[in-house]
Formats: sequence, C-alpha cells, structure tokens
Amino acid sequence: MAEALLDMRNITKVYPNGVVANQDVNFSLAEGEIHAVAGENGAGKSTLMKMMFGMEEPSRGDIYLRGSKIRLNSPQDAIRMGIGMVHQHFMLVPSFTVAENMVLGMEPRKGIAINYSEAVRLTKEYATKYNLHVDPTEKVENLSVGMKQKVEILKALVRGANILILDEPTAVLTPQETDELFDQLKLLKEKGHTIVFISHKLKEVKAICDRITIMRSGRTEGVFDMQQVSEQEITRLMVGRDVVLKYEKEANSIGKPVLRVKDFTVCSKEGKRVLNHIQLSISEGEIVGVAGVEGNGQSQLVDAVVGKLKGESGSVEVGNVPIGGMDIESVRGLGVSYIPEDRMRQGTAKEASILDNIISTRFKGKEWSKLGFFKRSKMLELTEEYIKKFQIKTSGPNQEIGMLSGGNMQKVVVAREGSTEPKFLIAEQPTRGVDVGAAQLIHHNLLELRSKGCAILLISADLNEILELSDKLLVMYEGEFVACFDHPSEISEQELGLYMLGINRQEQGDIRRGMHV
Amino acid sequence: MHDFFAVILTTDFAYSVLRVTTPILFAALGALISNRAGIVNIGLEGIMLTSALMGVLISAYTGSAWVGLLGAALGGVLMAGMLAFFTLQFKTHLILGGIAINAFAAGGTIFVLYMLTGDKGTSSSLSSKVLPSIDIPLIKDIPVLGPIISGHHVLTYMSIIAAIVVYYMLKRTPLGLQIRAVGENIHAAESVGIKVKKVQYIALLLSGLFASLGGAYMSMGYLSLFTRNMTAGRGWIALAAESMGRSTAVGTTVTSFLFGFAQALSNALQLLKIPAELISTVPYVATVLGLVFYSISVSRKANKLMNKPK
Repeated sequence: MAEALLDMRNITKVYPNGVVANQDVNFSLAEGEIHAVAGENGAGKSTLMKMMFGMEEPSRGDIYLRGSKIRLNSPQDAIRMGIGMVHQHFMLVPSFTVAENMVLGMEPRKGIAINYSEAVRLTKEYATKYNLHVDPTEKVENLSVGMKQKVEILKALVRGANILILDEPTAVLTPQETDELFDQLKLLKEKGHTIVFISHKLKEVKAICDRITIMRSGRTEGVFDMQQVSEQEITRLMVGRDVVLKYEKEANSIGKPVLRVKDFTVCSKEGKRVLNHIQLSISEGEIVGVAGVEGNGQSQLVDAVVGKLKGESGSVEVGNVPIGGMDIESVRGLGVSYIPEDRMRQGTAKEASILDNIISTRFKGKEWSKLGFFKRSKMLELTEEYIKKFQIKTSGPNQEIGMLSGGNMQKVVVAREGSTEPKFLIAEQPTRGVDVGAAQLIHHNLLELRSKGCAILLISADLNEILELSDKLLVMYEGEFVACFDHPSEISEQELGLYMLGINRQEQGDIRRGMHV
Repeated sequence: MHDFFAVILTTDFAYSVLRVTTPILFAALGALISNRAGIVNIGLEGIMLTSALMGVLISAYTGSAWVGLLGAALGGVLMAGMLAFFTLQFKTHLILGGIAINAFAAGGTIFVLYMLTGDKGTSSSLSSKVLPSIDIPLIKDIPVLGPIISGHHVLTYMSIIAAIVVYYMLKRTPLGLQIRAVGENIHAAESVGIKVKKVQYIALLLSGLFASLGGAYMSMGYLSLFTRNMTAGRGWIALAAESMGRSTAVGTTVTSFLFGFAQALSNALQLLKIPAELISTVPYVATVLGLVFYSISVSRKANKLMNKPK
C-alpha cells in the first residue's frame, strides 16, 4: 500500500451535550483511491467527515496530511490544504448562475467589479477538463439535481481540491444519473484525485470503491480491500447481524377499495399540471407503491390524498367519503394515517417529548382525560409499550424527541401512525436516512398493517424498498402514472429507471386496467 | 378639485417630491443592503434619529456643516455597529435588538438635547449649520425641468448617486455577491469559506451609514435644526419601501419615490382647507395601500398562472 495521503489517528469526538460520536477512530486514505466509508445512521461517518473538512475539531487525536500534522479550524483551512466536500444538501445559491456559484468567495476581479466572463471561462475550463458538462450562465434553481451535484463537484475542484469527500452522493440520483456520476468519479481518479465516498448502499460501494472503512457506533470496525470482502460480511460488520433484504410476504386477500382518486388534476403556480388526471384506487390489505424521480408530482399526490390540496378537477374519497375541503382532524377521523417525508418538521414536534409526540394525534379522545386533566400515567404506559415494541433507543418516554437519532425518531412516528388501527396509511419515504435495522423494523410494521387490512400508499425513492413491499407498483412521471406493474419484485431497477425518466411509458388503458378503475 | 390639481401640477410640487424622498431613499437603501445579507434592520428609525441629532450638535460645536455630516455618519454607523455587535456577536434576537436601538434613540436624543441645551423639544438655541444646496449649471436654465432638478440639497443628489452605487455594488462587486449569498443560503456561503459574520457586519454598518445620511438630511437640510422624533416613522416607511421594491435596488428606489410623492402630497395639501390631522396621515395610508395593492397583484399573478389552461 502506498504511503497514506491523509491519516486520522485515534480520533475521538465528544459533543458538548455529551454525545460521543467518534471513539478512537482511525482512518487512512491512500493517494488516488476511491475509499468508501460505510455505516448505519449515527455510526459517526458524518462526524468524521466534518472533522476532515474542518467543520468540527476532534476532542482528541491528530490528523496528518502527507505525514505532517495539520490542524483544521474551518472549512477554509481544509480547502486551502486541498480537501473539498460535496455535501448531501447542496451548498448552492439558487438565484445565482452556475459561474457565480463557482467563484463565490474567490471572485476574479476586474477593477472593483467581478470579472464575470473570467468566471464563465473558468467554469468552462473545468467542465471540459473533468467532463462535467454544465451551462455556466444558467441559474442554479433551474438545474436538475444531477446537474447541481456536478456544479458542487466542480466547485470543489476549482478550489483546488485534491481530496474530494462525497456525502451520500447517490441518495438523490436516478439509477442512470448514478451511473454517470460513477463514470465521472472514475475519471477524477484517473486524473489523480482521491475520493472519499460515504454511503450505506453496498451495491454502489462495491461497484466503484477500492477500499472500505466500516464504522459502527462511533468506532471503526475495519478497513478492507474491496475485492477481499463480501457484501454479507460488510453488512454483518455494519449492523452486527445479517440483514435479510427479502421479506416473507404472506398472500393477502384484497378487500374492497378504501382510497379512490378520480380524475384529479392540479396545476402549479407556474401553470404546469403537476397532477394530470390522476386515477388511483387502493383496497384493503394492499400496498400500492409509487416510484418516480423526486418532483414528478409525488408530494402533490400525498397532499391530495390527505386532503391538503384542492384539485381543479376530480375527487378523492376515503371509504366513500369525499375528503376535499375537510380539515385534517376529520380526515384522520376517517382512519387516515400519515408518515410524512420530513420527520424533522412535519412528522414530529422536535422539542416535545416522545410521549407528547405519540399522544399528539389522539389526545382529544375521551379515554385520555378525566375532568379536563390528562391521564398522564396511562399515556406513559402507552409510550413505554411503543418504546419496547419498536426498540426505540431512548432514556425514557419524557426525552425530547429531537435528541434521538433519525432512525429512532422515525420509529416514533411509525409507532404513532400505525397504532391507531388505520384504514388507510400514507407512508412517504418511511425509511429515508434511517439505518438498516430501523428500516427493517418499519418494513415489518407496514407488512403487519397490510395483513390487518390496512390500505397503504407507499411513496419511496428507495427502489429496493418499493419493489419488495408493494403489491402493485405505479411509476410517476411529470404528474402522470406512466406504468403499472402487478408483480413489482420481478422488475429490474434498470427497467424501472427507464419509466422513471420518461423514456418508456405504458398505454394509458393498460395502466387503468391495472388499477381497476 | 381644481385647487388640488393647481397644487400638484406645479414645478414646486415636483421639486418637493425629490426633497422629501431623500431621507426615505437613503434609509430604504440601508434596509436593502442589510436585508440582502439576511438581516432585517428594524433599527433604521433610531439610527436616523441619532444621526440627525449628531449632525446638529457636531456642526454647532465645530462650526462646520461638513464635519457635522461626518459626525452624523459616525453616529449612525456606531448605532448600527451596536446592533450588529449584539445580534451577531451575542445572538440577541434581531427584533429585540432593533426595538432597543429605536427606544434608546428616541429617549437618548431628547436626553442629550436637554443636557446640552436645556430644551426638550428643539435645538433652536444651537447655531447648527446646514449643508449647501447646489445649482447645476446649464440645467438650471432649462424651463420646467431646471427648477425641478436643479437647486437641490447636496444630500438629495447624493441619495440618487447612492442608489446607483448600491445597485452596482450588489450586482457587480464581490462584496455584493457575498452579501447576496449570505442572505440567500448562509450554509453555501459558509462552505466556500466566506466569513459570514464579517459580511453581515459590513452589510449592517453600510446600512447604518446610508440611514445616517438620511438622518443628517433631516436636520441639516430638510429642516435646519433638530426636533424631537423628527424622523416621524421614515425609517419604517423605508422598510416598507424596500419590501415593496422586492429587495432590488431599482424597485426600492422607485417605491421610495412613490412614498416621497405621498409625503409631498400631504405637505402640499396643507395649503387647502382640509383638516391638517387628516392630511398628515396621507403618507402612512399610502404605505398601507401600497402594500395592499402590491400583495393583491402578487396573488393575482399567482392565481392567473394557476388557472391558466394548458
């Protein structure tokens, strides 16, 4: 092995609130490799990367660059030393052009003004050099996610990044975009750049990385050459047990329709039809999955079926009751539950306790109060039961929910939404950013609800999840369903990708027949 | 009604629009800069008031109007610096910080005035100086246009120049780009190594500088003395002008003139037999109406797009 380019030795990071995020972590990066850092959520990957990029300082331990000890007090220090980072949430200014974003903070000047044509030239030069083609004069807000990511990579390169940290870069990409990204990363590697690739998608890690460092609960579990380690072994080291990604789905008798969406159309502010004559029907004991690249109408579909969005035409009925214009409480009264995509803002009240979050959908019920006072001990019992059933890692029912890790937070949401015997459940990205163990638990819970006769609408960007769980799979593209599959688990991800990108589409008649509408 | 138009359609009226727009425009430009950096400077009113007093005091004691202007600017920047120090350094809530600045200025100016002159109302006992007005050669001889454009206070011309400078600064300079980046996506700015706090400091101090010029104009041009609460809500009107101007330099300048027009109208109408109390509400009613019309047009536009058949 070549001499280490970057060496992080015995790194320990304790946050002011006492959380030990990294403990005696060792991480060594060889020049010119693509090195994966894999681990579940909360394993300490992000913390380690933040220290590598100067956003956090280690409590203990040292960082060496080419053998000499360095101190990184800010991202600026890291950038100066040739370390660049592509964040999971893009660090771009939407109203600026690509060129403006590129030079932000290091603007070329002409007199007192910015030399904009030089910025454009610089962008073009790097775009050509690294085969990352973007239009320098286009505003970033008009770019697709994949393009934005290219801008982010270029931004790091133009600042002289030799080591490039990519934080879950494929989480937001389509399979095709992912392939493209991989080609670009290989090109970067050829040009002598070193890449740190953070991911928990093993298939991708396997496809592109030379070595892998596995982390679990703040410690390094091992460093391996990619050829010498199997996916099963990585999984075992990551979660400490073998994760079965296949689910035993019992055959289910499908009952009468619960959700009926008829000819629903909605336009955006710009006048674009974000939902175009949508027809959808979900029956008791059925999971209908909706796949699609983000921003093709999925979130509007969710808003429509929870009654938040009024359509220009068409109707939404839950159990034969039209819900258009009803308030959320009445909609919930019909037996509708909702696991929202954004658990931080919509799914939970971050500063409230676990108990308060659990009780928030049902506290108005008579059984929960007496003479105007809450029955606190009964609520405690319920919360404790859920904590146990869902294996929520917490100090107790009264802990602030915002202190929990993402996965545990999501378990609380699922516990709350799934435990009211819903007739219809909307699960929007139920396991996004959640570790494998928690995801599995949530999946089992969804299947359990299914066998109890709940109708489930599952919207997910995780193809594995949606292909495994759905009884029927719909693909959304530009506000329409373009495909309907009766046996989702038999479709390949590549095939699905063609529909998601709008390259293929089925006949409308076939889709409707498939939907029994 | 005839009288009404006789008042409006005069060169004197057009001249007075420019005259009364000056302080609003200065303050609105101040609001613009800090807003673009993500900080709503609601301390504008207090900053203007402080500067108005500083200008009078310093010019009276030094005998120079220009030194007075410098003092006014210094006073305004100092107040803005105080606001920046507390909100950026000690994370005081922006609104609370702004309220504190305004309350401090409202009481503090009267206190200082009383200490130095023994008068709680005006600075009439001080022989403070006034900045000059400028006749523009050639232009001043053009009929109609000459009397409107020429002969204004030096700060009135400076306010127009300031609008152009701010436009250029925000649009074309590295500082402007960084200010806008900080205001729009603070994490993006941070991640490329921009010193966010420094940029916000600069934006707030510049904001204070422009507001202070507006304040100086009040007591060294518009009037030739300081009176208590003489800014009379112009700082707030400036905030409204900035948001109605959709946080752009051009929009802010145009709406500032709109509010200036309303103010001038209220001054002019006092010549007619309409109750003075009613007339003095005109600029404020105009502010409210302006915001109402603005939001109606925005939501109309949105609805139109929503309903556009495809």
